Amino acid sequence: MNTVIQTDKLTKRFGDFIATNEITLEVYKGEIFGFLGANGAGKTTAMRMLCGLSKPSSGKATIAGFDVYRETEKIKKNIGYMSQKFSLYDDLTVLENISFFGGIYGLSDRQLKEKSETLIGRLGLRQEANKLVASLPLGWKQKLSFSVALLHYPKIVFLDEPTGGVDPLTRRQFWDLIYEAAAGGVTIFVTTHYMDEAEYCNRISIMVDGKVEALDSPANLKKTFQVNTMDEVFYQLARGAKRGE
Amino acid sequence: MEAVVLNQLTKVYGKQKSMAVDQVTFSVKKGELFGLIGPDGAGKTSIFRMLTTLLLPDGGQASVNGFDVVKDYQQIRNTVGYMPGRFSLYQDLTIEENLNFFATIFGTSIQENYDLIRDIYVQIEKFKTRRAGKLSGGMKQKLALCCALIHKPTVLFLDEPTTGVDPVSRKEFWDMLKRLKEQDITIVVSTPYMDEATLCDRIALIQEGKILGIDSPENIIDAYPDELYEIKAGNMYSLLNALERYSHTRRSYAFGEFAHASFNGSNADDALDYLKQQGLPQVTVRKTRPTIEDCFIRLLKN
Amino acid sequence: MKQFITFLRKEFAHVLRDKKTLLILFGMPIVQILIFGFALTNEVKNTKIVVVDQARDESSQQLISRIEASRYFEIETILPDAKEIDNAFRRGSVKMAVVFPSNFGPDLAHLKRAQVQIIADASDPNTANTLTNYMSSVIAAHQDELNGNSEIPYRIQPHLRMLYNPQLKGVHNFVPGVMALVLMLVCVMMTAVSIVREKETGTMEILLVSPFKPLLVMVSKAVPYLILSLINVVTILLVSMYILDLPVNGSLLLLFAESTLFIITCLTFGIFISVKTNSQQVAMLISLMGMMLPTIMFSGFMFPIENMPVALQVISNIVPAKWFYIIVKSIMIKGLGFSGIWKETLILAGITLFLLVVSLKNFKIRLA
Repeated sequence: MNTVIQTDKLTKRFGDFIATNEITLEVYKGEIFGFLGANGAGKTTAMRMLCGLSKPSSGKATIAGFDVYRETEKIKKNIGYMSQKFSLYDDLTVLENISFFGGIYGLSDRQLKEKSETLIGRLGLRQEANKLVASLPLGWKQKLSFSVALLHYPKIVFLDEPTGGVDPLTRRQFWDLIYEAAAGGVTIFVTTHYMDEAEYCNRISIMVDGKVEALDSPANLKKTFQVNTMDEVFYQLARGAKRGE
Repeated sequence: MEAVVLNQLTKVYGKQKSMAVDQVTFSVKKGELFGLIGPDGAGKTSIFRMLTTLLLPDGGQASVNGFDVVKDYQQIRNTVGYMPGRFSLYQDLTIEENLNFFATIFGTSIQENYDLIRDIYVQIEKFKTRRAGKLSGGMKQKLALCCALIHKPTVLFLDEPTTGVDPVSRKEFWDMLKRLKEQDITIVVSTPYMDEATLCDRIALIQEGKILGIDSPENIIDAYPDELYEIKAGNMYSLLNALERYSHTRRSYAFGEFAHASFNGSNADDALDYLKQQGLPQVTVRKTRPTIEDCFIRLLKN
Repeated sequence: MKQFITFLRKEFAHVLRDKKTLLILFGMPIVQILIFGFALTNEVKNTKIVVVDQARDESSQQLISRIEASRYFEIETILPDAKEIDNAFRRGSVKMAVVFPSNFGPDLAHLKRAQVQIIADASDPNTANTLTNYMSSVIAAHQDELNGNSEIPYRIQPHLRMLYNPQLKGVHNFVPGVMALVLMLVCVMMTAVSIVREKETGTMEILLVSPFKPLLVMVSKAVPYLILSLINVVTILLVSMYILDLPVNGSLLLLFAESTLFIITCLTFGIFISVKTNSQQVAMLISLMGMMLPTIMFSGFMFPIENMPVALQVISNIVPAKWFYIIVKSIMIKGLGFSGIWKETLILAGITLFLLVVSLKNFKIRLA
């Protein structure tokens, strides 16, 4: 099994406050890894370190084989990122967004053309190709955003709460895309508030007050905590959290 | 006695006249906990804004406690409680100052209606000198609820009060709502979370401005016309693909650790055989009771 | 390199698709050049002056005709004696008086030397300087013409007197101007932003769905800035009086009262802007661009209004700062009482009332 993410006591401190407290985990190639935790538990800080966007205070980590302290540029070339808050430029068209992000990652014009075609066909966006992204419904924006994150064949894609607010059907269509990508060998690192989405993951970790308090497959976690749903697993762990006060 | 009545209520936006709210009709009984369930853009906020008299309808009528939302807006504004999305609070005032402010503008004081908010307020009381901007999502939610309740409203409108809040706080919030119901306050809540629907007395499922169904959660579930099965296999992706290829599948989709499917002209055993033939490891097929989410998906796909 | 070009393309798309910003980027320079070009000139033309002809003889008439013919000056009245000069200046309708002594003709004929007194309103020292220079040159030209016909040179000696501000201190000019500008900026911008902020954060929604009345919302937003601005006025006056040596010839109480009126005018302007906009950024932009520039250009403290084309002079009448500027100078420099400024006060009060009524009518009690 190929390990694409490996951390060892990874920590981030802001003054006296320890946002991320010595987290140690491994993520394997092609895995769908769920990264859960309440607001303020330290998920976003941890993800930033893994994406090479923030320097850890201590501990070690390798992402796609590259060291998180010294090789952040190489990390960025090999990962994709998509979040709720920002994904695409509203005042550019679908095609322009694809060209822009493809161009940033160094895709050649020919590659871009090919990938645009495939992407637009797969998502059924042919009619909308030259429309401003602002005019698309939220669900389509999300799917497009995810596809754009995959343009440069990254090894890992980080998804920060990608499915907020859409209807149950659109959410599942989004996860169809995730499954496809994972089947093709891309590792998915996703955070979510939806406990049913936690079930779609191969393994999940739950962060509480900056630490990883659980890491296993959903089925095993339910067995360990002797409950029937991921909801209850989460509730048991998050209930005692100090942060969020 | 109907506390809130909507009759063909309509709202249109923009030059293209997109129908944000399309001839919506329903009513809420006094003392009921009524849920408006639907995703972003379904029209929930527009409906709330028309009911709280913040937006003028483009068609139809609505009334709250017998007062018309257009003609008698001031009476409605004087007596309802409103918690808009984003928990509008004054970020640089403390918890106590916020509560005091809202009590005062409604002509009352914190002491007067304290028992109404006591159960909720005690959870944040020890932070009462902290500024609202520095509170966590869950605490802001509790404070916003207190501010909406402090003047003892007859009807409480809560627009997506659990969105963006951690699951623990979400659960606690609904517990608080149940206790409020006992005080005979009519509560109208909107939420995109399907699992919260079962906590309401009655719900309206809404998507793209249209009502897909209105009833109690149990009745909606009972009205599900097909047999629904929960199917488990070692690998969800392969399972979903297999179900898709099966000619008898009427509908199939992922649902947590299972796939949910309903069939046409096939029963559980046939389906099981087919899936085993596809080489899926450890397949189980079991009949299951639909949830609100299943009902919503079915209504959407139609 | 390719990355850079990709970025460039995106940035151009952003800029070109934002129509509002484009309007400001291209429209504003054109408007400014036109206004500055046409309107704002330090030149002097057709300035109204008063002539006191105590001589009433041929020599004085000759010089007076010459003055009349000059395009710099327009003689408003010819007075028989010096009694009315004070009133003329107080009214503010003339900027200069030329006084011919009763012996003008005889002195010139027999002594070959005569004097002419030039009295200038130096509450605006720059203009006073320019005017006296022009007048001196007109007189000199007349002198030369007279000399052309005789062997013994004539001398007409102008005797200068700067009224209200004998030392030609600039502080008289800019302190009132700065007061108007500062009050305008603070009150308009802060009030507008404060109200719009409630709209942006969503707390306005809750306020609307409550018994609280719109008028009270607006007033409660304005009061803190009223008090702060009054403190500002005190500070500016103290600094000007004790550190810059600005004399205050009139009543401080009246000055304070008029400042309060002007502050209320600006606050109402702020409320008006807030009623019309929905984002803090736009509110700030309008306050700065829409308020500051007209105040600087049309209040009269940098560029004399009388020299602008008529259209712009008319526009200047709706700029509250213009009236306040006149009021402040009249009180501080000319020492006038209320009777001298009641007209301007009435105009300011009128503007305030108008804005208040319009704001109340336009206050949205609904979100759309």
